[in-house]
Formats: sequence, C-alpha cells, structure tokens
Amino acid sequence: MLLRANDGRVEVLPRQFPTNRGGLCQKGWTAADLLDHQDRLTTPLLRDRPGGELRPASWAEAMDRVVTGIRTVQEGHGRDAVAVFGGGGLTNEKAYTLGKFARVALGTRHIDYNGRWCMSSAAAAGIRAFGVDRGLPFPLADLGRAETLLLVGANPAETMPPLMRHLADQRSRGGRLIVIDPRATATARQADLHLQPLPGTDLAVANALLHIALTEGWIDREYVAARTTGFDDVRRTVAGYWPAEVERLSGVPVADLEATARALADAGSAIILTARGAEQHAKGVDTVTAFINLTLALGLPGRPGSGYGCLTGQGNGQGGREHGQKADQLPGYRRIDDPAAREHVARVWGVPADTLPGPGVPAYRLLDSLGAPGGPRALLVFGSNPVVSAPRAARVTDRLRGLDLLVVADFLLSETAALADVVLPVTQWAEEDGTMTNLEGRVLRRRALREPPAGVRSDLAILADLAARLDAPARFPTDPGTVFAELRQASAGGPADYAGVTWERIDRDEGVFWPCPDQDGPDTPRLFAESFPTPDGRARFHPVTHRAAAEEVCDDYPLHFTTGRVLAQYQSGTQTRRVSALRRAAPGAFVELHPDLAARLDVAEGDEVRVVSRRGELRAPARLSPTIRPDTVFAPFHWAGAARANSVTNDAVDPVSGMPEFKICAVRVERVES
Amino acid sequence: MSERIVIVGYGMAGSRLAAELQARAGDRKVTVLGAEPHHAYNRIMLSTLLAGKIDEPDVELAEVVGHGVDVRTAVAVTAIDRAAGEVCTDDGDRIGYDHLVLATGSRAIVPPLPGLDPLPERVVPFRTLDDCRRILAAARGARSALVLGGGLLGLEAARGLAARGLDVTVVHPIGHLMERQLDPAAGAVLVDTLAGLGVRTRLGVTATGVAADADGVRLDLADGDSLAADLLVLSCGVRPDTALAAAAGLTVERGIVVDDRMRTSDRRISAIGDCAQHDGTLTGLVAPAWAQARVVAQVLAGDDPLVRYRPRPMVTRLKAAGIDLAAMGDATDGGPAEELTFTDPARGTYARLRIRDERLTGAILLGDNPAVGTVVQLFDRGAPVPVDRRSLLLGRAFGAVSATPAASPALMPDAATVCQCNDVNKGALVSCWRSGARTADELSAATRAGTGCGGCRDAVAGIADWLAGAEPVEATR
Repeated sequence: MLLRANDGRVEVLPRQFPTNRGGLCQKGWTAADLLDHQDRLTTPLLRDRPGGELRPASWAEAMDRVVTGIRTVQEGHGRDAVAVFGGGGLTNEKAYTLGKFARVALGTRHIDYNGRWCMSSAAAAGIRAFGVDRGLPFPLADLGRAETLLLVGANPAETMPPLMRHLADQRSRGGRLIVIDPRATATARQADLHLQPLPGTDLAVANALLHIALTEGWIDREYVAARTTGFDDVRRTVAGYWPAEVERLSGVPVADLEATARALADAGSAIILTARGAEQHAKGVDTVTAFINLTLALGLPGRPGSGYGCLTGQGNGQGGREHGQKADQLPGYRRIDDPAAREHVARVWGVPADTLPGPGVPAYRLLDSLGAPGGPRALLVFGSNPVVSAPRAARVTDRLRGLDLLVVADFLLSETAALADVVLPVTQWAEEDGTMTNLEGRVLRRRALREPPAGVRSDLAILADLAARLDAPARFPTDPGTVFAELRQASAGGPADYAGVTWERIDRDEGVFWPCPDQDGPDTPRLFAESFPTPDGRARFHPVTHRAAAEEVCDDYPLHFTTGRVLAQYQSGTQTRRVSALRRAAPGAFVELHPDLAARLDVAEGDEVRVVSRRGELRAPARLSPTIRPDTVFAPFHWAGAARANSVTNDAVDPVSGMPEFKICAVRVERVES
Repeated sequence: MSERIVIVGYGMAGSRLAAELQARAGDRKVTVLGAEPHHAYNRIMLSTLLAGKIDEPDVELAEVVGHGVDVRTAVAVTAIDRAAGEVCTDDGDRIGYDHLVLATGSRAIVPPLPGLDPLPERVVPFRTLDDCRRILAAARGARSALVLGGGLLGLEAARGLAARGLDVTVVHPIGHLMERQLDPAAGAVLVDTLAGLGVRTRLGVTATGVAADADGVRLDLADGDSLAADLLVLSCGVRPDTALAAAAGLTVERGIVVDDRMRTSDRRISAIGDCAQHDGTLTGLVAPAWAQARVVAQVLAGDDPLVRYRPRPMVTRLKAAGIDLAAMGDATDGGPAEELTFTDPARGTYARLRIRDERLTGAILLGDNPAVGTVVQLFDRGAPVPVDRRSLLLGRAFGAVSATPAASPALMPDAATVCQCNDVNKGALVSCWRSGARTADELSAATRAGTGCGGCRDAVAGIADWLAGAEPVEATR
C-alpha cells in the first residue's frame, strides 16, 4: 500500500505492486483509522492486585513491575517459568528480537506464537517434502499463468481480495479454477468446478486424486525417478483410495474427482494451493503432504508456472515464522537443536552456545501448561490475543488467569490485555520502520510516516529496556535498521538466508526474495528449478492415510462445526471491530446454517442460536444459507464474549506441527428461547 | 511371551488387518500367510489392469512387513489343528497361534457346463491377479472376447477388454444386467451405454456348453445360437473359501459363521472378508471387509472391549470411462415410499430414488447425475434428505447462489451491494455520480468500489453507462 501523510493525518492508497496489483480491500483502506482511535492506548496500565482494576501508570513503574515479577518467578521456579508469546503480525525485526530476548535475556526455552495456529501444518509439510518452507516457491504472478489452479480450503475472495486479480488474470487466459471447500464460498462460486467434501476428508480426496492419476497413467515417471524419493510407498498407499470409496467418505462425486485429476494432469502448468481449511486439523500436516505428493507425482514443483504453495494468513505470516519465534527455531529458519546453528547464532549474539536453551513446546501446549505444576508462571505477550484466537478458549483464559504475571504489549486493550497485570502501549505500523516477508518469500519495507503519540514505545524499545534491566548478556538495539543488519548476519547460511538483503535493495527491486546470501548476488524468486534443499537434492514423498477427525459427530453432538473469516474483519477482531466502516459491513457474529437444517431445528433467519460442544458454547444470530452443507455449521472467529467461536473448537493438535483442530468438531445447535 | 496372531490369507482383508494391528501398540507377533505368490494387491484395480492403463506394480497395496509383522507369500495353509493351536502349511511347517484369523476370501464359480472340466486355456475366470495375467495372455493377439455373466465384475471385465480394442459380447441368463442392483429400466439404459463403449449384450439366455481349441472358443446358448470368440471370461459369481474352516469343524453355512466380534464357533478363531458370514450375509465387497478387519484389530488389541461389527448399507459403484453407475439399498421394493425418477435415455441418464421417513431407502443412478456424491453419503449415513428433492437429482447445479449480476442496473435496489470487498452499494455509486463523478474510474476512486479483488469493475462500468444514459451530463458542473 501507498501511504500519504497530510498534516499529520495518514492516508492509505493502493499501490501498483506485483503482488496486489493496485488492489486494496476495506481493511487496508481503513487501516489508518486506528492510528488516532479513541481506544488507542497511550499510557502503560497496571493492576495493583488480582481482581483489581487496571490503572494508568508511568513507564518506570510499569517496567519495574514487569522486571520484579520476572525476577520473582525466575527465583522461585527457574528460567523456564517465564514464557513469551509472539505474533505473526510483528515485523521481522521484532520477531527476531523477541526470539533473541527469550533465549538470551530471559534464558527460557518457552517461546512460541500465534502463527502456530496459522501456517504451521503447511510449514512442517513443506519442510518434510521440500526441505524448506516458503509459502509460495514462485512469485504470486505465476498464478495468473497456471492453466489449472486448485485451491484447497482457501477463500481469498474474502480473506485476501487483491489476490483475486491474479485469479481473474488466470481465468481470462483460459485457465481453469477448481476449489475444494465444504462451503460454497465467494471463491468457490467463481470456480469452474467446486468440490464440496465433508469437513475433515481433504486428505482422502487428495489420495483419490493421486489414485486416479496412477490408474490413468498420468504420473510423470521421469520426474519421479530423477527428482524424488519414496514414491513406491505412496503408490501402494493410494492404491487403497479408489474414487468410489472416497466418494462415500467425502461426498465428492467420482466424476468430479476424475475431472479434477485430469485438469491437473493434462495442463501445461498447474498449481495447487492450500490454506487454513485444509491445514487447521489434527491431521493438517498429512493433509498438506497428500497434496504435495500429488504435485510431485505429476512433476509440478520446480516446473515453470507450476507447483505447490500455501496462502499466508497473517500480515507477516512468512517472515514471522523464520527468525526464532517458533519454539524449536533460531533465526534464518535454523533448528535450535542443530549444534552448528546454535554455534552460528550464539556467535552473532555474543554469548556461549551452551547458554542457549533447547526447544520449547508448541503454542497450545504452552498456553495449556501456564500456571500448571511445572509450567510457566509468567507470560509476556506481543502482538497476539489468545483469549479470542486460541482453541478451547475458555480453558486458555483460565490458564492466563492463573498466572503470577501476565504482561501484554498492544496498542489497543484486547481481550487478553484486559486480563493482564501490566499492559504496555506500543507503536503501530505507520509509526515504525522495519521489514515484512510476504507469502512469496519477498522481503518488503515498512516505513515510519509519523511520530508515535506521546507515551507510546516501540516493541524494540521495550525489549531493549527489559533486557538491560534484566542484565542480559547481549546487546538489544532499538533501531530497526541496526536490528535488521544483525538479523542478516544471524540468518546467513540458514535456509531463509537474508544475508544479501538490504533495505536499499528492497526499495530498488520491489522487494527481495530469500534465499539471498550475497549482497551482490541474485535473489531467488523461484525455488526448486534445479534441485530441492534436501541432503540429496530430491523432494521426498511421504505416505499418508486418512483418519477420522479427533471428534466425530454422535447422537448428542450430531453436526460438524467449522470456523473461518469474513471479508470485513480480521483475526481476533481487536482492531477491525473498532473501525466503524468495517463494523457497518460486518456488524456481528453469526452462525451459518443450511435452510434444511434450520427448518429441522425450528430456527428462522436472525433467531439467536446456541452452538454447543463438549468444551463450551457460543451464541449468535442464525444466518441461513444454501451454500453450506446441511450437516455442517459455520461461525466466524472474530468476535469475543458470548459469540466467541473458539469457546467451541477442539484443542486436539497435529502430532507434527502442533496445529489445533480449528476446522472440525462435533456440536449441537439449539434455538435460544427469548 | 508376546501374543501370536496368525492371519491366513494375504488379500485385501488380511493385509488390512495386518496394517491395523501394526498401527496399534502392544507386544504381539503377527504372521500373515498368503497362498498367492505376490504382494497384496488391490482387487478393485484389476479391471483397470485389464484395460491396459496400469502395470502390475500399480495394483500393489501398502506393505506391512516389519515391526512385528511377518508376511510369507506362496505358503498355503493345509489344515488347522485347533487342539494344538497350530496351522499346518504346504511346506510342512506348523505355526502356533494364540489367535487365528481366517481371511481366505472367495473363489470364482466355474459353472457346471460341458467343456469346462478341465478348464481350457482360452477360458478364464476373472477373480485374481493370476486370472488377470491369464486373460491378458489369452487376449494378446485376440480380436474378440465373450464374457459369461452380466454382474458387476463381468461388466468391469468386459469394459476392460473393450478398452483394449477387443470386440466383446456379454452373455447374461437374466432379462436385464446386474439384476441384483438394477431395475429393468436402468438395465436397458445400461445396455445402450455399454453398446456405446463397444460391448454387445445377449440377455435372458443361458449357456449350455463350451467348446474350445487352439484357435478359439465357442459358447453354445439355450436358444440354439452359438457365439465364437478368441477367449471366454467367466464371471458367474464367487463362493466363499470355507474348506479349511469346515475341515477344522468350525460352523460353516454359505460362509464361515461369525458373531458381532467376527469370532467363529471357536473363540480363538476369527474370520473376516469374503469368507465370513455375518448375520446371515456374505459381503463380497472391500469396504465391509476393511471394517471387519478394524473390529478384529480393536478386539485383539483390547482398545475397545465393547466394539461390535455393524454392517453399513452396501453401495455398488461402477465407474469407468463412459460409465457412471451407483446402486444402493432396494430401489424396487414396491412398498409405500416417495419415489423420484428421472430418465433421459438418449443421454444415458437414469435416476430412481426411494425415500421413506425423510431417508433414502434405495437409489439407482446411471449416467451424469451430479448429486451422486450427496446421494451416496445421505444413504450411507442415514441422514435426512433435502427439503427440495430436486437437488437430489440436479445436485449442485440447483439451489446454489447465482453469481450473475442483475440484468440491468435499473432493476437493482439501491441497497444492493456492488463491491463486496469495500462494501459499496448501488445507492452509494448513484449519489457519487450525482456529486460529479462521471466515469467508472472516478466512481471507483471516490467510493473504492472495484479496488479490492477487482471482480466488480464491469458492474461499476455498467452502472456508469446506465447513469450516463439515464441522467444526461449537465453542461456545467
């Protein structure tokens, strides 16, 4: 986006850029509304005693309280008793510094972030198959040239509208768009073919597509032999997924499965993209793997205009997961349990490698262990609102309440901040410099356009101040440019290598694609053309099998429940619910159900309904729509309080990625008698 | 000592059980004995193999060797010594078991016709991978084939051979094809469909004898006619392989009789798949065999002592290039029920559905029925059918929200949303026009309509054109 400052007022305008191509949705247009919003926090807040009210405080008082609280917990319970929770919206510089702060200033292994609930399944599957996780291994514009584009559990028409310009491009060139989604979403309704499977059966659908490709002789045997390993096990596994069996399981007609497989196989170029619909399951990694297997068997990854990719969910979803916010990770997408990686990063940080803690635990496990025996007793939250966004949110809220110290850095009083002992007001996007990395692995600039309001500090300044007060053995710069220079060094040689990326180069070249190891060398818009970054240079097949959702429907909870976004709101809604234009467009939560189901439940449009699972309930007005399956109900997750969708969701997690099963659980729906 | 489990049969049921056991924790030694010399394979893919689209390795199923599972192929079990708890093999071995599972499958029936004993080289049943190899060997250089039996398997074989370019005729003793699943009307549509694929049919006539020599095979019919071809495929049904169980004194009727936990009359012996008879029923399909394998694995692993096999309603599915057939339940029971039908014989489409108490009790769908996936699922799960029954016949084509814009902007209400991304309605565009915006670009710049996904730019331009026509621009602004 393009920003203009007029007499201190910031205006947002769309910018002609290769990714958004001049498009901007309402959330972008109105992003500046929050800069001077009446709810903006401009002073630290403190709670003097549990159950007391938050009151304004000075920075000195607030920081004293934070440091005293941290020290008390550390002395009583050890360094791992303090935990950090980050966010996928933080700039690269903040995400990097947060990871360093946890490992060096706090010396805790407990850091993870809300991106665990976003892209972690696709990330793990990508690393397992390709040796690297970059959302798209090719520029976004390649979508426009794909003859066949398959979207799985993705609804960009509502979640990422400017992306639709590339899809329109693709269609105008005669390309085919196929969408797999249990709901006939705004995106699915534009598709040439829409497969509407029962939630939780995407993996079986993918295996059936590969089964068909096998039986029709559409496998690229040459590619499989030259560039991959492990195909035989996958071939034998998908032999058990014949289309009629998967039709019965998923409800997708055999003819549609065949048409999809054919469209992918006979296209000169084909791309498969997954998003949260396929990934937010207790079998999310395997589901993504099944689609990756399909692309590999068809010889797509590395071929121009073809391959597998995943769509990012957060502003800095890609960059935020590369530089150490993850429990098992060091900057540059290095593994924290890799001795060479530890040596390298410790040298950049100027500390002995053996002082760096080992891997922590994934986000939900971390939050669920708060205040429990052996679990952390203090938590520092940056850029996240788990009270609304965590699965089984009522339980997570209880865990947060049980902490000795909860510190939240935010620029609005989010539902999580409202529970905190200390709230620290921070800068917003227009008030800070830095970088973000988009879904293409393209590093982009964020530019400060105005001074922050008095009383507000940057996240970097807060972390540096805390580090100094905690006598951290390393330096914590507050200037984003200096932090980025250090990040470049720390990432050098890692999978996500930023060593050759400079802000000047970003400005000059419309962003820089990682890996970019050399300042004078090329960046990498397209990966995998020659080989894969695995030890033997080959991509790896993994056999994956379908299994039931962690919670299946039964007599007491006979309906499937799934969650997602609406066009005019974002994430936990802390920001977008406060923008009047967005509130007008999407004023409140709702429960979407099929008219047939509504008739059976004696529910009319607008009736207040209760969605009940084994973990909790949500209440919202019914919205009737023939676009959803009659055995499934949907609610958006942007709202808090009684309408909180995550009161209902399941906290079962994927064994590999730690991704919770947001996208399917068993519920019953009841009309609330007025 | 770890529990010793012996599985007799390495087909789709036996291999699945081995995989189910392997996936479960516990200290046990699983031995799988397969009489056929090859790896477990997917029988459902044999007709595709027959059609020449795939090779033998492509029909192999996932391997389960290792991790406590020992698979021995080309080993036939000759006897069960229940007193000793051992099975005897044709290589003279005796293998002890704590629990024995029979997954011996079924054998093709060779009809008692003159000329079939011994089976001539050019006459082959269609059942196993070895049968498939023999058919393919006989089909090499052949120009024509006969298939005796117009059930599901016979038609799959016929289609596969026709796909190889052979001239194929199916001979069936009943008046219409697949009479266990179809009504005569559907059978008639299917005959036309098959004709389009190069498969002829002779219905309602029994075979009386076979004569075969090195040059060809002749099938004599009861109506006095004789058909000649290069090979004859027999598809006259299957019979559960119960010899081992019967010899060991287990209760055997048409199949090996089992209870809800798949146990035979001996508590230490179970049976699953085609050889098992549960609640008076033989299954003959893969899905129930796999469900039974799962039950036995759960029982043996002790993870659910209350687990019981509950048969699900059977769905017969024939899907190949040019054929799309689904049949389930009883679509012809004649009892009181709601009935939906649709017939378009010229396009090979036929649909008949029966509904009772808002549930499907049976359905036949042949040809292009876009709702087939929904119908199969509703039947399988016993879920209520849609209030608007037409969606069962027309599928997604019906009831979906149309994305087409109103015919003319004049007909759109002011509150109609034009730009979803930026929440702009027609009224906002009209008032923007009245404030001086005169082109689509100016309307977009002022209202943000069309600046998100860009999908409504044509609609914005249409409104601009309409406004220009309806409200002439004033000379001065």
